Amino acid sequence: MHNEIHTAEHKPTSNFLSAVGAVVWKDLAAELRSRELLSAMLVFALLVILIFNFALELDPQTRRVATPGILWATFAFAGTLGLNRSMAVEKDRGCLDGLLLAPVDRSAIYFGKTISNLAFMLIVEVIVLPVYSVLYNTNLFNPGLIVVILLGSVGYVAVGTLLSSMAVQTRTRDVMLPILLFPVVIPILIAAVKASSGFLQGLALPEVMPYINLLIVYDVIFTAAAYMVFDYVVEE
Amino acid sequence: MKPQPLALKALSVISVLLFLSALGMVFFYAPLEITMNYVQKIFYFHIANAWVGMLGFIAAAVAGVLYLVKHDQKWDIVGLAAVEISLVFFLIAIISGSIWARPTWGAYWTWEPRLTTAAILEMVYIAYLLLRQGIDDPDRRARFSAVYTLIGSISVPITFMSIRLFRTIHPVVIGTNSSASTGSFDMTSKMLVTMFFALFSFSVIFITLFWHRIRQGQLAQQVEQLKLEELQ
Repeated sequence: MHNEIHTAEHKPTSNFLSAVGAVVWKDLAAELRSRELLSAMLVFALLVILIFNFALELDPQTRRVATPGILWATFAFAGTLGLNRSMAVEKDRGCLDGLLLAPVDRSAIYFGKTISNLAFMLIVEVIVLPVYSVLYNTNLFNPGLIVVILLGSVGYVAVGTLLSSMAVQTRTRDVMLPILLFPVVIPILIAAVKASSGFLQGLALPEVMPYINLLIVYDVIFTAAAYMVFDYVVEE
Repeated sequence: MKPQPLALKALSVISVLLFLSALGMVFFYAPLEITMNYVQKIFYFHIANAWVGMLGFIAAAVAGVLYLVKHDQKWDIVGLAAVEISLVFFLIAIISGSIWARPTWGAYWTWEPRLTTAAILEMVYIAYLLLRQGIDDPDRRARFSAVYTLIGSISVPITFMSIRLFRTIHPVVIGTNSSASTGSFDMTSKMLVTMFFALFSFSVIFITLFWHRIRQGQLAQQVEQLKLEELQ
């Protein structure tokens, strides 16, 4: 871990990718040791599914219609938990200041954090999907669904990382992230739920395609926008 | 404290007069609509309020970009003014729309693209105000606000498009009308004149309020500075 960071510091011109890699590596290594973020996200995700089970009385008929919605609500809630924690750790231990002092492009920090947040979210999703499949006897191993989950998570994390770095710098930081994030990720949730239910119901690809396109457009636009404004968010 | 500029005073008077004339036109000039009767009268102010909300939305996005480019506190004041005005006018548009929708659609609310988007936009603005409340440093508050308006102003149109992929029952007043929409009507020329007069009046009202609010923001900033000087 140390070597990675030092190489980035000693060579100011060192390329962008290795800086991004260093940030990702730092996050993954820290998580591998503490496992506090992933375990919290996972337990939380499973609890959300449990709550849905009792709130909606998921009999086989309802289940078929409600599954995409439940999955995405679970991912969205667990996602905020992870995003908040991952940024709060940086802020509390002064790690963010250290990162900002490093002579690398600041967008490298943004992309590094985004990739590691994406990794955490995907790990949670990879565990939640089979558990859900087993609990509700629904087959969720559908290549289309996996593409949708990937695209949806990318967009969610791209905006989420930007907004969580804003949220941790406010006085009301524990409650700020979901309030800031949910109204602006609604297009992701709409498109992802629609596309997921399309794939799960076995609709033809042309019927699902508009929603996939929407996800791609959102991902591209918001990754670009977040990349452009991240500097203003971490500037002191 | 600088006194109100004469132009602003004049605008305030003109706004009141325009508002009263628009109200008069709605009740005495515009003809009654055949199927919806008096309920349809709410349409003129409903659309005018939504229009002002829209103007505020665009103004807020522009102010956000200008702040990020120029780093001038003035654009933060402009952005906040635009957001506050837009928030209030969209809320009036939503409420007046609900009052109109009850007799026409049979429900106060439907999850239809324009309604839902307006509601989400309100949420974005409320989040914006909460965000501002949570930050003490004026410079950081301005930066974060600008970034958030920018993100919101990209996201809200995409939200609209994404909900629009479903079918809509909201009437499209100008342009093509889908056969699925209910509550649409053919406008006579007198109705059109009234609508455009209402739009014009509310645009002037928007400018007046915007100016007042920006001026108030600048005064508040001066007060803050005076307080700081007093403390030192």
